[in-house]
Amino acid sequence: MVLSPNDKANVKAVWDKAGGNIGAFGGEALDRMFLGFPTTKTYFSHFDLTPGSKDIQAQGKKVADALTLAVNHLDDLPGALSKLSDLHAHKLRVDPVNFKFLSHSLLVTLSSHLGNDFTPSFHASLDKFFSNVSTVLTSKYR
Amino acid sequence: MVHFTAEEKAIITTLWSKVNVEEEGGEALGRLLVVYPWTQRFFDTFGNLSSASAIMGNPKVKAHGKKVLTSFGDAVKNLDDLKGTFGHLSELHCDKLHVDPENFRLLGNILVVVLAKHFGKEFTPKVQAAWQKMTMSVASALASKYH
Repeated sequence: MVLSPNDKANVKAVWDKAGGNIGAFGGEALDRMFLGFPTTKTYFSHFDLTPGSKDIQAQGKKVADALTLAVNHLDDLPGALSKLSDLHAHKLRVDPVNFKFLSHSLLVTLSSHLGNDFTPSFHASLDKFFSNVSTVLTSKYR
Repeated sequence: MVHFTAEEKAIITTLWSKVNVEEEGGEALGRLLVVYPWTQRFFDTFGNLSSASAIMGNPKVKAHGKKVLTSFGDAVKNLDDLKGTFGHLSELHCDKLHVDPENFRLLGNILVVVLAKHFGKEFTPKVQAAWQKMTMSVASALASKYH
């Protein structure tokens, strides 16, 4: 499912709207994911998983920064995310099903903060974008 | 059988009492068809689904969305027996409508996004978690009579 020029424009528009809040949104998405999909916590036994913890906020910022990198390289996601892809394949080995849980949690976070600005078209493009990022991050698994 | 705690039930019913079923049902079904266009396969008779705005404004989509979300209301009233409540609808979706149960999960998640959009900050991670459980349970109940 390839990102059309329209999708790319939509992704950038949403990122602009989120502005400086993207880091915090990353943390909130993780909070939502850990509560909504408790099996995802198994990958973070070394964290303080209290909602809003410093561990979660820091991880959320990491995730947000990586996504921002992706947004700035929509024409070459495999290239831009190559190192992260290696990391997930060889070290982290997060089961692929979990990328959907985080993607959904990111969509819910954006929706709750952007309200009506999170239009159906933006929603569709963001879903595609997260799906593409997930595919890249799991592309070297086997 | 899924068990909802007293707290989860309270969260679900409280939020539900503020949901505009007509508006949010239409929005949820519309977004399903926009975000996952292959779901349009079940709605050949709905007329113009050619663009996001056509879909969101389509009166048949809105009407059907209202029907679907009204059914969710039955779930809210029967959280302790979702399988019983949706047995008949499950048979219908399998035998007559031939809908892959994956679509119930997709719609459930779309509904969560729509609730988040509508309720904003009130749709906290804790509220979302109760609703994830709710939508997943409804999806399961709807799939329970498939064969």
